[in-house]
Amino acid sequence: MAAEGHKLAIFRGLLKFKSNQQKIWGVLIFLSIVTTIEVALGIIKPEILMGSFLRMKILNWIFIILTLVKAYYIAWDFMHIRDEKNGFKNAIVLPLIILIPYLAFILLIEADYIFEVMKDGFVSWNF
Amino acid sequence: MEVTAKASVNESQLWGGGNKPLNASYGKMMMWFFIVSDALTFTGFLVSYGFSRFKNINSWPIADEVFTHFPFLHGVDAPMYYVALMTFVLIFSSVTMVLAVDAGHHMQKAKVTFYMLLTIIGGAIFVGSQAWEWKNFIKGEYGALETKGGQILQFVNAETGKRAAIQEFAVGIETDRTTHQSSNGIWYENETALPTVSLAGVKEGFVANTDLVIRTQQLDEKGQKTVLTREESLLKIEESMYVVEGANLIRNEYGNRLFADFFFFITGFHGFHVLSGVVINIIIFFNVILGTYERRGHYEMVEKVGLYWHFVDLVWVFVFTFFYLV
Repeated sequence: MAAEGHKLAIFRGLLKFKSNQQKIWGVLIFLSIVTTIEVALGIIKPEILMGSFLRMKILNWIFIILTLVKAYYIAWDFMHIRDEKNGFKNAIVLPLIILIPYLAFILLIEADYIFEVMKDGFVSWNF
Repeated sequence: MEVTAKASVNESQLWGGGNKPLNASYGKMMMWFFIVSDALTFTGFLVSYGFSRFKNINSWPIADEVFTHFPFLHGVDAPMYYVALMTFVLIFSSVTMVLAVDAGHHMQKAKVTFYMLLTIIGGAIFVGSQAWEWKNFIKGEYGALETKGGQILQFVNAETGKRAAIQEFAVGIETDRTTHQSSNGIWYENETALPTVSLAGVKEGFVANTDLVIRTQQLDEKGQKTVLTREESLLKIEESMYVVEGANLIRNEYGNRLFADFFFFITGFHGFHVLSGVVINIIIFFNVILGTYERRGHYEMVEKVGLYWHFVDLVWVFVFTFFYLV
């Protein structure tokens, strides 16, 4: 079966493992490091990262990017997408990559609009 | 699938990819497509959470102030440590799952059994942790008042800036008000348990304690909750209508009502996924012990349930980010 078909390199070939088990432990260490960084940042909240970028804190952008990195390694190495055929890979990943940002984009823009209306409107919401 | 493979006489009649065009069995492929659709369901939930949050961007509760508990550390302010621990538990159970899948590829029954067991234990610890998290969330810590407009008023000490619990400063006022049961009164309506302190008691206690001020749910430019002056607080408290302790689906002491609703719904839906994952894992675990897959000649069922389990982990990574970090 697919046992021999594992691709054992991660980080674009920077890190090569001898066996699949080793790769699993390697990815675990990587995911743990990323999670630790996230938690540390969440507790310290460095002042430099509190600035705003595209209407959101830089810190929040970092959290989202680190989350996507984690999601990538869980899907690619734990769920073995790395070993699947390209067609199958795309059938799974493309709908998500297209639909999720689209939905997030339209709803968040709309929510921001509603926020402005409630803030600048004539009706008081704070009573 | 196998039958057609044997029936077809010549290779040229097969599609380019052979009889398994995507090199994945039917079951595995369907598990993947289920995961894709489930991922979109969770997307819907999380994006609607984002919608409500952006809509109330200047009054949303701060997660660090809501989730501050850690087992055996009473009164210690420990934001995030507990959920971080839960995250590690879930990632680790994901690792044991993928190790079980790997052992399955090498037909090592004993190893598969052992790793499946570890995975089940990890899943159970996670569900238990989530239950504890819910318990703390529902019970609440400081209590608050709610105004007619649904704004939450919390109390802080003006000098220290520490939160003050309404149960501590409220004055005990004798009242005839009892919990309304469906057995007495018309329309068979009843209500949930009354708060431990009365609204009048909290108001009186607030007036008596001159060092207390009100903290509203509005955020200032720095992202901190706005604290009113003593004079403003005395005016503001007159607008209060309810005593809120802890959280339920209608109101919660942490702030915006939608916050608790989304918390219950999204972590609840995820917790339900973990629970069903544990149940499926147990079924597969016993099948492994009974040697079902040994006889079948492959451990693909372990692989399929593994996909589901990793997906649950994957969702948690996002829930963790959007509920606790961002």
